[in-house]
Amino acid sequence: MKLKTDAATMRFGGLTAVSALDLEIDSGEIVGLIGPNGAGKTTAFNMITGVYAPSEGKILFEGRDMTGRSPHSITEAGIARTFQNIRLFSTMSVLENVLVGCAVRERPNWFNSVLRTPGYRKRSKASHDFAMELLAETGLAELADEKATSLPYGKQRRLEIARALASRPSLLLLDEPAAGMNPQESIDLMNFIRRVRDRFDLTILLIEHHMQVVMGICARMYVLDYGVTIAHGTPDQIRRDPKVIEAYLGVE
Amino acid sequence: MRHKDIMDLSTFLQQLTNAASLGSLYSLIAIGYTMVYGILRLINFAHGDVFMLGAYVAFYGVASFALPWWIAFIVAIGLTGLFGILLERIAYRPLRDSPRISLMISAIGASFLIENLGVVIFGGRPKSFPSIPLFDTVLNFGSVSVLSVSLFIPAFTLIILFALLFIVNRTKTGMAMRAVSTDVEAARLMAIDVNKVISFTFGIGSLLAALGGIMWSMKYPQLNPLMGIMPGLKCFIAAVIGGIGNIAGAVLGGFLLGFIEIMVAAFLPALTGYRDAFSFVLLILVLIVKPSGLLGKKQTVKV
Amino acid sequence: MKPRNTLLTALAIAIAALALWFADGTLGSFAMRILNLSAIYIVLSLSLNLVNGFTGLFSLGCAGFMAVGAYVSALLSMTADVKEMNFFLEPLTPFLQNLSLPFPLALVAGGACAAIAGLIIGLPVLRLRDDYLAIATLGFSEIIRVLITNFQSLTNGAQGLKNIPRKATTWTVWGVAAATVAFMALLTRSSYGRQLKAIRDDEIAAEAMGVNVFRVKVVSFTISSFIAGVGGALLGHMITTIDPKMFTFMLTFNILLIVVLGGSGSITGSVVASIAITILMEAMRFLDGPLNLVFLKTDGLPGLRMVVFSALLMAVVLFRQRGLMGDRELSWDGLAKAGLLPRNKKGGMA
Repeated sequence: MKLKTDAATMRFGGLTAVSALDLEIDSGEIVGLIGPNGAGKTTAFNMITGVYAPSEGKILFEGRDMTGRSPHSITEAGIARTFQNIRLFSTMSVLENVLVGCAVRERPNWFNSVLRTPGYRKRSKASHDFAMELLAETGLAELADEKATSLPYGKQRRLEIARALASRPSLLLLDEPAAGMNPQESIDLMNFIRRVRDRFDLTILLIEHHMQVVMGICARMYVLDYGVTIAHGTPDQIRRDPKVIEAYLGVE
Repeated sequence: MRHKDIMDLSTFLQQLTNAASLGSLYSLIAIGYTMVYGILRLINFAHGDVFMLGAYVAFYGVASFALPWWIAFIVAIGLTGLFGILLERIAYRPLRDSPRISLMISAIGASFLIENLGVVIFGGRPKSFPSIPLFDTVLNFGSVSVLSVSLFIPAFTLIILFALLFIVNRTKTGMAMRAVSTDVEAARLMAIDVNKVISFTFGIGSLLAALGGIMWSMKYPQLNPLMGIMPGLKCFIAAVIGGIGNIAGAVLGGFLLGFIEIMVAAFLPALTGYRDAFSFVLLILVLIVKPSGLLGKKQTVKV
Repeated sequence: MKPRNTLLTALAIAIAALALWFADGTLGSFAMRILNLSAIYIVLSLSLNLVNGFTGLFSLGCAGFMAVGAYVSALLSMTADVKEMNFFLEPLTPFLQNLSLPFPLALVAGGACAAIAGLIIGLPVLRLRDDYLAIATLGFSEIIRVLITNFQSLTNGAQGLKNIPRKATTWTVWGVAAATVAFMALLTRSSYGRQLKAIRDDEIAAEAMGVNVFRVKVVSFTISSFIAGVGGALLGHMITTIDPKMFTFMLTFNILLIVVLGGSGSITGSVVASIAITILMEAMRFLDGPLNLVFLKTDGLPGLRMVVFSALLMAVVLFRQRGLMGDRELSWDGLAKAGLLPRNKKGGMA
């Protein structure tokens, strides 16, 4: 089991944003998390990645308890993410953005960095090579020295994925990777996600609104509504689930 | 000797009245900070200097133009209010969409500019405020003696507190203020004139700072162009302690700060030299333990 | 680095050293003092720039750390007699009375104590966000000042310290300034420096990418405090008297002015602005004296100079928010691109 959330619940004051979420994701799966706006999907991501500590319940990653750990230590353990509203480092180049992701493996300290010790040089060279490899993989290699925020929207999304991959995760969380894309771009993205999964031996959990994308690449999915898991199963099961139809279309 | 003092009820009452008047003075200034912060999320570093301006304008009204004190005070308060509105126009409005650090640097720059202009225009040498009998009479209640201004200040503060709470919670302008402080963009979409609301807030805040400055100079009748710095910092701290953005919190924080300062100075004289550090220690404790302040609401960061 | 750039850098350093040597021999002691003061401001503005410009933390505690460095270094390097002369109200604690270290050691100790102060202060306050951090660091800076004023037997209180050994010579201050520039250039262009900038750009994304945000902030703040302490110590050893009133918020403001003017996040910007502002501050002293501008005559308006500087800061923030350099650097490649250098023929890839 890659990831398991055990009745993970998040409350803000009187509002329960996510209640008793039970995800179970196996190694190598691509799983979708869907639901109407405000259903608590991003909050679920924030719990898994440590941005919020769950009010109740547990987060288990590869059998280890991650509940309440800080986001950077969770990334170090092997979970990486992208953001719904792209959060690239705006003053940095494309390459530098990816290099920041490498740092969690490189573990630079300030003293060696300033002295440029042989160990530092070796490790930073390795990071640099890996970052270039990731940029090649995501089709951004020629843009390495461009300012990250000058990229078109679709490429910024890819860069966010490259940056997340730089931390060498085994579980990747994608928050609406297809947002703002046209149908052709979405299809490209699906292929890209599959390729990345195979190439880097990943497990992927993604939030998505484009049904075409989710149904296209997810073997299984969970549906949230008002923080409650109202269904889970294969795309076919979800499509026919009356509760899901009701949540999306409203009660007739 | 010291033990006897602590037991002495009249000394305690004496210090209590001192604390109440200093605390309410702090509250008066803290309200301006809290209102501006509530709306713009800006520490208006120049607020203490607006306070100084209020005192000086009143001083010149009385001393140079020989106006009756109450006319001089009203004119000073009015002019200072206008100055506050102007300050926001010039120093803050152009930066409204900039990073908060720029806004804060602008506020610090404005503060220093006003102080240095004060030094040039008013002169660096302290001026003493002419005595005004209504405020300058010593009243004796048994063994407790009180300067009359010390009774006026808490009264003013309470009247203003209730007036403001009424404006904010019961009037249309107040509703617009609350809307802007919750979400500027949404307020704009609801056809609220955001600029007008912000100007109004700065105007009110500056009026109160001017009143505070005038009352301050009734109590401590020495004016100098840098007189606003320390009270300014302390009142900001009072606003943070009470929960910044919350008017009642500012009043609570102001009273608390005044009380602690007076009482420590009175009953732990060994610590008097550290007086200016108390408020900062208190600030840091509050920030570490409960950054949202005593009456503030907790805020979560949106990801 | 391209061979051309290495060569040009070496050349520039040699020319600067030569110019300094020349200036030291020909300029009067007053002019030299101003030149050396600008070196100290380079150190101080880089210290503030590390935290404000590169890490994106709005700290206003500079003056406090300078005070710590200045006092520690002064107390450690003064001779026993000088100390006795200073502490006439209350004797200095015996431990320090007879301790007299060589200047370089005292300087480093000053920086180290400032760094420790930075660490102690940073641990609680670096969890706070922008404006709260600003006011908390300002508060700590004031607390340090109040403590110094009151610890008579350690700091000589409000009287301050006089006759501090005049050890901050031209070569010392410029050497320290050059070392600070080199340190900052190496740090900010390293993997570690990238983490600082990542925090500045987007703290939440940085944390999500595995940057231990809090720890990196503490390291940055502590290093910055060290540099500020060294700068403060140099200042003390240059003007030979220090007292608590020197280290008010006004001092932090001056340094902030330099950082903002030069461009926060730009090392070369801070260097240029330090020199320009220091010289300008002196050159404009005439403003405080009697003026005779044909159409306008005044008999001295003390403070006018500071009005001009505050107005300058306001103008920069309002009209050129990113300062002289923004977050860019002056570089040989940049100069070449601007056509100010001959094109690089041989140089290959970086």
